[in-house]
Amino acid sequence: MGRAMSEPLADSLTFEQALAELEKIVRELEDGKTGLEESLARYEKGVGLLRRCYGQLRQVEQRIVELMGQDADGQPLTRPFAHAPTVSKKADA
Amino acid sequence: MSEFPLFDERLYQTTPKVCTVSEITRQIQRLVEDGLGPVWVVGEIAEIRKHRSGHLYLTLKDAQAQLRAVIWRSASWRLKFEPQTGLEVIAHGKLNVYAPQGGYQLVIDALQPKGMGAQDLALRQLRQKLDKLGYFARERKKSLPRFPRRVALVTSPSGAAVRDMLEILGRRWPAADVLVCPVRVQGDGAAAQIADAIRRVNRLRAADVLLLGRGGGSSDDLAAFNEEIVARAVFESRVPIVSAVGHEIDVTIADLVADRRALTPSEAAELATPDRDKLLEGLHACEARLRDVLTKQFEACWNRSRDLASRAPLRLPLDRIRDWERRLDDAGCRLDRGMQHRHDRAKNRLDTVAAGLEALSPLNTLARGYSLTRKESDQTVVRRAEEVRTGERLVTLLHHGKVVSRVE
Repeated sequence: MGRAMSEPLADSLTFEQALAELEKIVRELEDGKTGLEESLARYEKGVGLLRRCYGQLRQVEQRIVELMGQDADGQPLTRPFAHAPTVSKKADA
Repeated sequence: MSEFPLFDERLYQTTPKVCTVSEITRQIQRLVEDGLGPVWVVGEIAEIRKHRSGHLYLTLKDAQAQLRAVIWRSASWRLKFEPQTGLEVIAHGKLNVYAPQGGYQLVIDALQPKGMGAQDLALRQLRQKLDKLGYFARERKKSLPRFPRRVALVTSPSGAAVRDMLEILGRRWPAADVLVCPVRVQGDGAAAQIADAIRRVNRLRAADVLLLGRGGGSSDDLAAFNEEIVARAVFESRVPIVSAVGHEIDVTIADLVADRRALTPSEAAELATPDRDKLLEGLHACEARLRDVLTKQFEACWNRSRDLASRAPLRLPLDRIRDWERRLDDAGCRLDRGMQHRHDRAKNRLDTVAAGLEALSPLNTLARGYSLTRKESDQTVVRRAEEVRTGERLVTLLHHGKVVSRVE
């Protein structure tokens, strides 16, 4: 369950944006121009962003589905992709 | 011969039959069409035009002769390349006599360029055409997302390519979901399936990067990836495409149109994804910096406030006030004493200075008969004769009074 693969990609706050904002916060804090209270607020925001980034990176269960076609409403029909994750990796010529 | 040859009976005996034009043409037709059968003809295309009906009319020539030829629409569809003027070709077909114009022509059913395979020429021609259309232009290449959220794989679901790509994607960037779009990568209908899959991913906005690939290192048939429908689908895709189809020697058109090109499916997967482990390292560093900078700021604030707190006025205010009072008292005493002392000292100094002053005073010297001469203009003391000019007024100070004089 969870996120439906059939949905078009949403324009939510992406990992990239989160990372960019995080970098900005660290830089601002390192500039040392913010007061303690402001710093604390930014720190908290930074920690939130960090947690979000970590969460995305640590999502280890990659979902792999196969696109079968589309239904009458133009929605994609998918099913889990059955693949054998072979360990014996052939060398690419 | 008689005087009237037309009435010579022998004439009628030796030429028993007169043909009509149609009859003789039919005879020629039989001779040519049945007598010659299918032929191979090599020549240069001197002229070619396409009729609206879809038939192609052309003229083949060599140094001495010309041959008119036609490729019917049904046969022209099977052509692998575009016949163009100037091209050396080998044509296969049958001669046909066209009675209404009394001419003959070669009806071509197969045509191939001379000196190279039709496939090669077709590929070259398609490449030129697409190049002109800007399909390979660098400036229209799309950049890949740094952190893709969903990766589409347009490839065979059973080949080594899909396995290799999934392995890399799983290791480097499991944050992205993977959408496998199974297609045939060679054989009948492969090109159409590939083009369809690319279009579908776009239509459904199903991915933010697409990997197009086929596996193996063998020189398999790459024809599907050289077809125009695939090229167009890749070109029109809004989703950036990384291709790993051809090999170093055998670059396919799909490879040329794609936004990035990889040598292997594994490399394509690497190009399309960031390395999670590196990113985690970066995040750890970021976290450490964040904590460090805030800790430092905290410590700085803490130290400052502790300094302030430890200072006397904040610790024991009353002490401080008493301290000040005492210091004020002390200062008052010292002031009194100081004033007396200063007064005495000033007086002493004054006496000393007065005595010295008296000794130094020029007035004493003047009393002994010396005099002091100054210029009247600026009151400077005249010490040498050359300091004065003729006509200048001088003032000489004597013990009593002064004398004003003019230099002669």
